[in-house]
Amino acid sequence: MAKSKSAYSIPVKQGKPDTHIIVVWVDNEAGVLARVVGLFSGRGYNIESLAVAEIDPKLNISRITIVTTGTHQVIEQIKLQLKKLVPVHQVADFKREDKKVIFKEMALFKVVGGKSKKEKALKACKKYNAIILDKTNKSYVIQITALRREIDLMSKKLKKFGLVSVSRTGAVAMTRGSEIFK
Amino acid sequence: MPKLYSGAGIVFKCLEDQDVEIVFGYPGGAVLPIYDELKNFNSVKHILVRHEQGAGHAAEGYARSTGKPGVFIVTSGPGATNAVTALTDAYMDSVPLVCIAGQVPTHLIGTDAFQEADTTGITRPCTKHNWLVKDIKNLEKTIHKAFEVATTGRPGPVLVDIPKDIQFQKTSYTKFKKQKKLNGKVHNHFSQKDIDELIKLMSKASKPIFYTGGGVVNSGPKASELLRELVNTTGYPITTTLQGLGTYPGEDSKFLGMLGMHGSYEANNAMHDCDLMINIGARFDDRITGKIDEFSPKSKKVHIDIDPSSINKNVKVDLPIIGDVAEVINSTIKNIKKANPNFTKSNKEKISKWWEQIQKWRSVNSFDFVNSTETIKPQYAIQRLYELTKDKDTYITTEVGQHQMWAAQHYKFDKPNRWMTSGGLGTMGYGLPAAVGVQVAHPNKLVIDIAGEASVLMTMQEMSTAVQYSLPIKIFILNNEYMGMVRQWQELLHDKNYSESYTAALPDFVKLAEAYGCVGIRATSPEELDDKIIEMVNTDRPVIFDCRVDKEENCFPMILSGKPHNQMLLGPKDQKENKITRKGKALV
Repeated sequence: MAKSKSAYSIPVKQGKPDTHIIVVWVDNEAGVLARVVGLFSGRGYNIESLAVAEIDPKLNISRITIVTTGTHQVIEQIKLQLKKLVPVHQVADFKREDKKVIFKEMALFKVVGGKSKKEKALKACKKYNAIILDKTNKSYVIQITALRREIDLMSKKLKKFGLVSVSRTGAVAMTRGSEIFK
Repeated sequence: MPKLYSGAGIVFKCLEDQDVEIVFGYPGGAVLPIYDELKNFNSVKHILVRHEQGAGHAAEGYARSTGKPGVFIVTSGPGATNAVTALTDAYMDSVPLVCIAGQVPTHLIGTDAFQEADTTGITRPCTKHNWLVKDIKNLEKTIHKAFEVATTGRPGPVLVDIPKDIQFQKTSYTKFKKQKKLNGKVHNHFSQKDIDELIKLMSKASKPIFYTGGGVVNSGPKASELLRELVNTTGYPITTTLQGLGTYPGEDSKFLGMLGMHGSYEANNAMHDCDLMINIGARFDDRITGKIDEFSPKSKKVHIDIDPSSINKNVKVDLPIIGDVAEVINSTIKNIKKANPNFTKSNKEKISKWWEQIQKWRSVNSFDFVNSTETIKPQYAIQRLYELTKDKDTYITTEVGQHQMWAAQHYKFDKPNRWMTSGGLGTMGYGLPAAVGVQVAHPNKLVIDIAGEASVLMTMQEMSTAVQYSLPIKIFILNNEYMGMVRQWQELLHDKNYSESYTAALPDFVKLAEAYGCVGIRATSPEELDDKIIEMVNTDRPVIFDCRVDKEENCFPMILSGKPHNQMLLGPKDQKENKITRKGKALV
């Protein structure tokens, strides 16, 4: 073993990381997003995507959906640390593979080109609920809703059809069936 | 028509209703309305410090020695940023603090106004929660909520940022009724099943150990009493963390001393070899565990803690019990007695071999050192200090470094709330202002800051506070002219390259004491030490004691980085005699 000069211990092997979707219900107040995001950055957790908006104006509740990766231990810590924050009401956690939960992201693609290119782009997007939001002689703005990896794929695929700009949201999640998060 | 109070008045109404008697603080532009109201509230006494960090540490000393929240007031900008170290310190060591900060008027927030800082932004990661009060209507409720957050569950610091215009605005005040014992039931998430499981593990164990921490102190004096009863009932050995000192009598035979990096040989070996570890209110800190994957490999681990996020954070445990430690211990004792009235007897037999083994480790006498007749050994100084003050109900604070570890090793405590040290953050300069806070809370007790000359210079200005309020704190400096712990690491791990760890110009501490208007005492040889300590103890004024000690003494035993508990580096006596430790040294 190499001679250690540190007053701290040497890192040990980590378990295999998994992707999780963490849903957090919070009071919609100043600085609440900074508290949640600050907890992630301060403790070295990872945020892959983030979606946040008020969902109950009467009770003043916002719902934050965070996609993160980490070992089992890290994910458990994330949940427990989140629950300690004063404005946090509830925390739910799902594995990305979970069949009982719907995950969706939205993307806007701007394609510029002739008619054939534009039509090819639109056709490629078809199975992802494609909607044309704006149309000119030279361009389309197409909206799709899909999974993260599907949007990744489309952003690559559309390049040859004149894709010039991509804008996308973080994932949002909801359980299937009549049940709600508890 | 109800009486109207200014925002500043509301602050004091809240402090009154929260039974706050002492606030530490420092005035400034953005808190002037609050200071203006001070004269109208006689039940709140203000202690003027010399630096806001000092106010925070003093509030910590006050809180840790009384169990009540410490309150301090700072102004905006630099006042608030100076408070950050103390807030972080309190956050790491779970000390309940309420910091009231002034802020520039609401309409100037965000304009880079004079003495403006994003205080809630800066203190967000070092408080349990903080608030910027932008509406006078929310002020009262926010301050009461702040006290609730600071003192419930795992305690910690909070900050309320109040813009100056809010301090001027007027509103009515509704009498606040304090809920009784908020700390109780809400945080107990354990069930009878957990206690049964614990007792099952205990009845199977042949090599058990209690590993207890600051959570026992935070749970209140009752928890320490119950802990003693639990140890007596079970006959198990007990070790405590740095923060847990005092929760169990330091001179009792079941006490193995502190564990961890500079803990005792018997405590660390017992932790490594045990088959049942019962963690009560400690947090598996990295100074305790050493190498995580070789930490106590053969044991079942039980973790009793009020904070669910402490469970499985560093070390995976077999049985977590979430709750206030006093409640959990109480329930455990009751159930042991109910399930097996002969537990103590039957158990004694079962763990007798374990105790034999522990006695063997104990005979190594790992806190031993080579004494000298010429120079004062720092360990000897602490031993004498202990012997000469132990019959008084003494309160000890420390700075951070070698002296802190020697104090933890050689000063024995038998009550909780008598030992105030910066463990988690390791803040040099903590001890002197903390001693100010302790002395304010206990005006007639002996309060000693065991200090190093480097640490104490970081907050030395608070001597002036001690003199102003006639606080007879004793600053007992183990002066070796080095940042001793830095020097020790450089000697052992950086080829004796003593880079910047020697202070080539130090003040004359006796003259410095006189300049502050207190008493300076110096001891340079072992034979005069006792007399000088007695002189210090008998002085009814603040004292700076310059104890000139051996400059190159190292703090042993020691677990080096990346090593498990059973590979300790022992002191010079054993290094000469013991082959294994010589081999251990080669591994350094």
